[in-house]
Amino acid sequence: MSTGDTITLKVEFSGGLELLFSNQRSHKLSVPALVPKKYGDASSETKPADITFLIHYLRDNLLKERVELFMESDTVRPGILVLVNDTDWELEGEGDYSLKAGDEIVFISTLHGG
Amino acid sequence: MPPRTCALCANNRAMLKRPKTGQQICRDCFFYVFETEVHNTIIQSNLFKPGDRVAIGASGGKDSTVLAYVMKALNERYQYGLDLFLLSIDEGITGYRDDSLETVKRNQQQYSMPLKILSYDELYGWTMDAIVSQVGKKNNCTFCGVFRRQALDRGAAMLHVDHIVTGHNADDIAETVLMNIMRGDIARLGRCTSICTQGEDTIKRSKPFKYAYEKEIVMYAYFKKLDYFSTECIYSPDAYRGHARVFLKDLEAARPSAIIDIIHSGEAFEIRDDLKATQKAQQTCKRCGYMSSNDLCKACTLLEGLERGMANSGITDRARKRLDAEGPAPDNLRTIPFYQSPSGAASLAVETAPS
Repeated sequence: MSTGDTITLKVEFSGGLELLFSNQRSHKLSVPALVPKKYGDASSETKPADITFLIHYLRDNLLKERVELFMESDTVRPGILVLVNDTDWELEGEGDYSLKAGDEIVFISTLHGG
Repeated sequence: MPPRTCALCANNRAMLKRPKTGQQICRDCFFYVFETEVHNTIIQSNLFKPGDRVAIGASGGKDSTVLAYVMKALNERYQYGLDLFLLSIDEGITGYRDDSLETVKRNQQQYSMPLKILSYDELYGWTMDAIVSQVGKKNNCTFCGVFRRQALDRGAAMLHVDHIVTGHNADDIAETVLMNIMRGDIARLGRCTSICTQGEDTIKRSKPFKYAYEKEIVMYAYFKKLDYFSTECIYSPDAYRGHARVFLKDLEAARPSAIIDIIHSGEAFEIRDDLKATQKAQQTCKRCGYMSSNDLCKACTLLEGLERGMANSGITDRARKRLDAEGPAPDNLRTIPFYQSPSGAASLAVETAPS
């Protein structure tokens, strides 16, 4: 894996979260395969892109409003479910899951009225 | 990480971690345990008897959509013998309820259940949009809550149902326990964990999802690809509940059993009889016949304030005194149609629903 490689992913928002992302549920995007260990610090060591990186990347590149409804202390806000290829991210190592080409990552808010 | 196999069938790949137990299970076992736990809740609490007519309070949101789906499935699988209906209240909130009602109308087709929609406009002569234009965004949740409660009962009476089920889930109930503690509302604390509430004159209400985690309800809807609507109400949210909700979600992140543990604590509180006795005796509203702890029920009080241009009179004592100082309610005041208790002999004459 060279530093120029990218990974293409499908990201989906639902349960009301899509409202923070231009009211668009499904997004296709490419992210670098290797990213700094410390988000935004190009001089730090690199690691394979993981979900923690993706969450920050989405905040800085796709999120349109009210960041506090999406993130809290370097991860998603409690009450947001994350699925990796339809599996609960709690079974996949949560933020440490290393992204692979073609992965589908779904973010669902449970915080909206029922 | 290598894929893990399901802790229940030991065969398929695990796809979610249950917050209640920490078990890692596959999709099919998840459907089975989720539905079976709701069934057990229904059976252990003796919620229904064969032939009951049951209305599902349907908002188009995730909880009531999953409730309608699961109630239909369990009714068929275990032969409860229930007649199921969807009952929706249209508060008259443009851009919010009108969209979610479209979801309920699709649910009506998908689940082939009769649907009754009762609107605030039809019942009270006021939409929430009109109320907010009069009272602003500060106290409008009071109007909406009081009006919805009564509208559900009246809609249920029009459908001649015995019972209303709502989609309140474990997270909602744990939140309410916390709120009642923080407000010192001991009387409500004592009853907020009951699965079923029934006054003498009211239609039975219950919460089959009392022990179902919100996370599992959302996962169920996702895996089953159920059609639900999710947008926050455009008017001011219930701020106090919002704080309780954030607090609870933080607790859950640290220890997922927190939600069920809080419900168990709530159930274990024993309210002293002398505290219970401070609740006012129930009577019927002199103006509309709905149950009330005063001469006038809360909805009639709020409606009179709106009609006389003094909307706050239903909210604060001071504004109420100002209204009373203006004299009695005029004879031509708009009032809510008279409510006949469905448990009474007159119940068969209740049908006033426009066809």
